[in-house]
Amino acid sequence: MISLKNAGFSYGTRAILKDVNQELAAGSFHFLTGPSGAGKTTLLKMCYLSLMPDSGAIEVLGQDVSRLSREQVTQMRRRIGVVHQDCQFLNHLTIRQNIALPLLVAGKNIEDYMDNLEDLLAWVDMSGRADAYPEEISGGERQRLALARAVIMDPDIIIADEPTGNVDWEMGQRILTLLVELNKMGKTILLATHDLNLIRSIKGRVPASVLRLKDGHLSLAGARL
Amino acid sequence: MSFNPLTLLFGDPSSDQVVPPKGNSAWLTGFASGAMAFIAVFALTLSLAVGRLADYWSLDLARTATVQIIAEGDSLSAQSDAALRVLRSTPGIESAEIIDKSEQLALLEPWLGSNLPAESLPIPQMIDVRLGEEGPDVDSLILRLKAEAPDASFDDHSTWRAPVLAASQRLRLMVALSLALTAMITVIIVVLSAHNALASNRGIIRTLRLLGARDSYIARAFVRRITMRATIGAVLGMGLAMLAVVSFPRQPEANGLLSGMSLSGADWVYPFLVPVLVGISAYAASRLAARYHLHTVT
Repeated sequence: MISLKNAGFSYGTRAILKDVNQELAAGSFHFLTGPSGAGKTTLLKMCYLSLMPDSGAIEVLGQDVSRLSREQVTQMRRRIGVVHQDCQFLNHLTIRQNIALPLLVAGKNIEDYMDNLEDLLAWVDMSGRADAYPEEISGGERQRLALARAVIMDPDIIIADEPTGNVDWEMGQRILTLLVELNKMGKTILLATHDLNLIRSIKGRVPASVLRLKDGHLSLAGARL
Repeated sequence: MSFNPLTLLFGDPSSDQVVPPKGNSAWLTGFASGAMAFIAVFALTLSLAVGRLADYWSLDLARTATVQIIAEGDSLSAQSDAALRVLRSTPGIESAEIIDKSEQLALLEPWLGSNLPAESLPIPQMIDVRLGEEGPDVDSLILRLKAEAPDASFDDHSTWRAPVLAASQRLRLMVALSLALTAMITVIIVVLSAHNALASNRGIIRTLRLLGARDSYIARAFVRRITMRATIGAVLGMGLAMLAVVSFPRQPEANGLLSGMSLSGADWVYPFLVPVLVGISAYAASRLAARYHLHTVT
């Protein structure tokens, strides 16, 4: 699903990622961990086509991203759901409208997806907040909203960057549960976190692996969970 | 990046939603376009007034001439009759009529006041001459007048009509230049406003791109919003300017520049072109700005 081949990236003269090699199979669940500043977000950005590697190659959904046209990048982004730590919403739109945004920009008729929208709102337990605005909701609700928005287009891959970073343990578990459910539906999950308790808590729920990023190198940390 | 100008007319509600309804540049675009439209309509009205004045000088007065006879007593009367005969028999002259004393005094009244001592004033005899379309052979006419009425002089107004015409042409040129500058400033303001709108919504653009929005979709949303604001501003500016023009004091019988500051007949069409041109300029300028901005922001 995602294949990193000797991928490298530098900010100026500072090399963040060096010869990263990793295969993320379809339907797999991966945690990405490592110290702050190790390059987790940079690696995720490369996976969701926001950054291109300086060296090596990345294949996403079977295609070398460096060979994609602008239009193909756009099309591919619609197949990747992204959840940020600092969820980026359009504050002048309601929760429902924000969730429907990927449909809107893809030129879909929202009316055809109303059932999906209501199901998603119920799935993230936000049916009662659908007409609120992003600035009116809590951190945990924002993360669940981001997750709902990320999956509205039924993507193949979900990439989440510290989705539980700003929420308490209980809310973190609720978000993880949603991600586990998505993984059980066949979605490939790549979740960046430095919360080891969160990583441990997945044991027994779905098979997952932990990737550790340190000094620019990515390695498989410990046994599969 | 593909654009469909029809979406500007019929709307694109989906793209419209993604741009925040308010922003720093919202009032700037509308206000600046309104002010520019106001100035443009005024300049247009001035240009039309100058045009009418120039037409008056060049057409109406070009077909008139005056013969002045400075003599006294019987000689004046004899020369007046002779001059009239010469004028009326000259091809290219439609009519020649003596301006009687009371008419002359009426013309002098605004400058010299009423109760003029008509008999004691040395007023020359004037003959009002109406020229045909082709006009007479002026050189030969002057020679014939000199022979029949030695104290007569022929004036076709060309000596003082020419500088007035040149001045009116120059004024029209300056008005046209002002209109061009106004259009240029409008475009610059729209470009700056578009850049400001795009820069201040960088986060939204980034989010939209991550959600799979094409640059053309993002650009269309901003272009439409900016074009609508500029056009609405221009319509309001035009409306205010037209109200100001309509309320301008008018003296239809006078042919002065200030009294001619009005619109009539087909002239009313021109102000309505101003918002249309502002809209087209805003569309082109904001599209250019959006294309440049989105191309440079990765």
